[in-house]
Amino acid sequence: MTTEAGTPPRSKVPKRHEELEEVVVRFAGDSGDGMQLAGMQFTNETAVAGSDLATLPDFPAEIRAPPGTLFGVSGFQINFSSHDIFTPGDNPDVLVMMNPAALKVNLRDLKPGGIIIADTAEFTENNLRKAGYATNPLEDGSLVKYQVFPLDITNMTLRAVEGLNLNTKVASRCKNFCALGLTSWLFTRPIEPTVRWIENRFKKNPELVEANIRALKTGYNFGETAEMFAVQYEVKPARLIPGKYRNITGTAATALGFLAAAERTGLPLFLGSYPITPASDILHEVANYKNFNVYTFQAEDEIAAVGAALGAAYGGAIGITTTSGPGMLLKQEMINLAVMAELPLIIADIQRAGPSTGMPTKTEQADLLMALYGRSSDSSVVILAPATPGECFFIAFEAVRIATKYMVPVIFMSDTNLTNGAEPWKIPNVSELPKIEVQFRTDPQGFQPYLRDPETLSRPWVRAGTPGLEHRIGGLEKEDITGNVSYDPENHEKMVRLRAEKVARIAMDIPPTDVRGGPSGKLLVIGWGGTYGSIVEAVERLRGQGKSVSHVHLRHLNPLPSDLKQIIRRFEKVLVPELNMGQLLKIIRAEYLVDAKGINKIQGQPFKVGELMEKIQEVLEE
Amino acid sequence: MSEVVTGKLTRKDFMSDQEVRWCPGCGDYAILAQMQKVLPELGVPREKLVFISGIGCAARFPYYMNAYGFHTIHGRAPAIATGLKVSRPDLHVWVVTGDGDGLSIGGNHLIHALRRNVGIKILLFNNRIYGLTKGQYSPTSELGKVTKSTPFGSLDYPLNPIEIALGAEATFVARTADVETKHEQEILKRAHEHQGSAFVEILQNCNIYNDGAWEPITNRATKADHQLVLEHGKPLIFGKNREKGIRLRSDMTPEIVTLGQGIDESQLLVHDVTNPSMAYILSRLGPNFPTPIGVFRTVKRMTYDEGANAQVETAKQRLGPGNLEAMLNRGDTWVVK
Ligand SMILES: Cc1ncc(C[n+]2csc(CCOP(=O)(O)OP(=O)(O)O)c2C)c(N)n1
Ligand code: SF4
Ligand SMILES: [Mg+2]
Repeated sequence: MTTEAGTPPRSKVPKRHEELEEVVVRFAGDSGDGMQLAGMQFTNETAVAGSDLATLPDFPAEIRAPPGTLFGVSGFQINFSSHDIFTPGDNPDVLVMMNPAALKVNLRDLKPGGIIIADTAEFTENNLRKAGYATNPLEDGSLVKYQVFPLDITNMTLRAVEGLNLNTKVASRCKNFCALGLTSWLFTRPIEPTVRWIENRFKKNPELVEANIRALKTGYNFGETAEMFAVQYEVKPARLIPGKYRNITGTAATALGFLAAAERTGLPLFLGSYPITPASDILHEVANYKNFNVYTFQAEDEIAAVGAALGAAYGGAIGITTTSGPGMLLKQEMINLAVMAELPLIIADIQRAGPSTGMPTKTEQADLLMALYGRSSDSSVVILAPATPGECFFIAFEAVRIATKYMVPVIFMSDTNLTNGAEPWKIPNVSELPKIEVQFRTDPQGFQPYLRDPETLSRPWVRAGTPGLEHRIGGLEKEDITGNVSYDPENHEKMVRLRAEKVARIAMDIPPTDVRGGPSGKLLVIGWGGTYGSIVEAVERLRGQGKSVSHVHLRHLNPLPSDLKQIIRRFEKVLVPELNMGQLLKIIRAEYLVDAKGINKIQGQPFKVGELMEKIQEVLEE
Repeated sequence: MSEVVTGKLTRKDFMSDQEVRWCPGCGDYAILAQMQKVLPELGVPREKLVFISGIGCAARFPYYMNAYGFHTIHGRAPAIATGLKVSRPDLHVWVVTGDGDGLSIGGNHLIHALRRNVGIKILLFNNRIYGLTKGQYSPTSELGKVTKSTPFGSLDYPLNPIEIALGAEATFVARTADVETKHEQEILKRAHEHQGSAFVEILQNCNIYNDGAWEPITNRATKADHQLVLEHGKPLIFGKNREKGIRLRSDMTPEIVTLGQGIDESQLLVHDVTNPSMAYILSRLGPNFPTPIGVFRTVKRMTYDEGANAQVETAKQRLGPGNLEAMLNRGDTWVVK
């Protein structure tokens, strides 16, 4: 198609323009094909175009799985719309497929009549066999239900970068940008943000800048000039709340939330972490902001990571550690030390699927009971969970506020899909961020290490190094007020109860619970964490059909909001959808003596709106 | 809690109001006393001193010091101390650990703190036994050790703490003993003065579960033949009448020679704290040799805490101080009206 390498073709073919309200696109290919990158860039273009959006990256744990294999397929789904949307979408309208394995894995989800764009260069005999195809699906008529666009994307890319000093392997790696360019054209997305990104990313290598931009433009121009594409689609900007927006992933929002909170306190931030999927990117992100008085410490293991964070908190810094399930287990003993020492500590658990190594790149919300109860003895900590990628910012911020105000460990529970997912984010005004006032004790007059604030029950925070306040703390039971080691039976009971009461009182310091839908009715759906979007959409659609169903989404899991009991009482039935075997469900049943039921999915995948609607309806009809 | 003291501090100023609870006769008392004696000479304000320990008899140490103290969890003190020292380089952070705490459950943290050269001072009280848990063998117990958990003798080959520290590239490695009070004070002072992490093995007697573990080395009657006092720039000489020395054979293995009869000091090994091969040879002299005490090695290398703080400063210079507004608005943005 390209006339000369990289030069945009001259002739334009007249196109029909069609407006769509909502589109779901899924990119997929080998894990080395750069599909996550293409998806992220498409997301950014879409965000800049003003659509509302939600994304679902879904990739294997293998970094470069053997090419062409089914297990090596890496996918990225984006749902964008001119109205509010909450989920990455159940079923794609468009598949951009870089090889037969990708098609094989993803075809079952494509909507009838959906679009398939496929790179024919990769549909070789060998690759077809690896994907388990006896004949080429692009040619054997098996895809008649769909609109298929077979294109030699690899070859288009190679021709686009001709003349540059690149070997074929490097050159063909630009094909993800070619596919992205074409998809961008198809949905009238601006490619300028991607061009800027490429220029910045490869600024040390002008050849690669040129090659990737040529590939991108080749794809884009191909859409414009090729007769095979008769329609160009458009999704109008969404009517979002006015303000300044950016696209944000859960990972970035979490990092920025911690950074912003630490900045508000005026204290240095110390992040101790040990690499683990899917939490590592928070460490990577925070490490870029050392100019904010930030120390990042890649420790020898998770225990050292949380230990160093606690040591920093002892010295008066905001001590944070980030991890995922297996690392979380290792940290529990240190978290218990923070419980006893009553020092502020923030632990981010980005949950992933399964016990042990499980499925490291897949999502789940099955660490809740571990966070609540996975430490020896009666040991309460605060547990918070964001509901959307953008909300990670505010919940991370809140974690720092609570930890420092109450001198307590706070566990921030996100998950794989929340952290990797993205959405348009209304950038908060710095002046509107909540205040976090930290006061260190400096006055030796009347100082006692465990003398509590009568209201918050918090003990004073003394930075090591403060003259006249030298004292000793540790994991041995403390005598009330003095903090001296004590084995007194009554004192122990008192201290266990005081530590629990301190956490329980935080319920008075959290906002009233928002009930989506009617304040009372037949069914209340209670969710937490990353299932938010699916539940909102399912409940709204059912309400649209006149069903009596409302939704509460908990951000505070310990302590639970004080008004939750009253809210539950106003409904006949309670349903708790979770990506686990029923963990919040157990808590709700135990706390409120209500015969709540669960909807549980344990596949490493989010709830589909359709499946939630079906289950909710069943309960409504019981 | 404690008064702000001005003027020169004394030993008493470093004694806390807590009753010391080690067994009578325990070597830990002597170590505590030497620390309290040395501190006034260092000129460090009390509030700048932090003692961090893990779990074990040795780890009770911070309770008895009138300074900041954190008695943490088993084996993890070096990790906690690292976070503190990196974010608070103004503090003087000492870690007190035992042979079980530091080399068994906490072995990982110990080697990593040392290789990073975090500016913390690690004192490992080696009694070759688990004291607090009532007498099981430890990673430094001799092979075949009969304890409650090993009635037929232990099968574990022991670790040598000095070799571990050298292997971890520690920049200051020394050994002293609980009863060698003057020597101990000297070593503590030098550990304090060292820039970077200092590792000090202190041979300590647990008179309840492993009495006499260091007997020939520390007993007044026998120590002259069993102790080799290391001094930088001095030949390796020992013995009641300083009649024995250590010489290197042509195959680089050490041998004990008797001075006189044609052998004089000039043929002996001369200690050099900057020579890694020397430290290595001395750390593994073997059972027929005297046990060296003193500084094995001390070298200068950038400390982790210096590096970490320098990165913060460089980032501030390069990017300007953190600007929240700019951080939140980074990347592509758009406005919805
Ligand atoms: C996680 C954990 N495991 C086990 C213990 C029990 N424990 C306490 S001290 C100790 C051994 C201490 O030995 P060492 O470090 O040599 O100190 P010592 O008592 O000899 O001074 C053990 C196993 C513990 N406190 N925590
Ligand atoms: S058990 Fe041994 S090490 Fe522990 S206090 Fe008693 S004598 Fe000292
Ligand atoms: Mg011991």
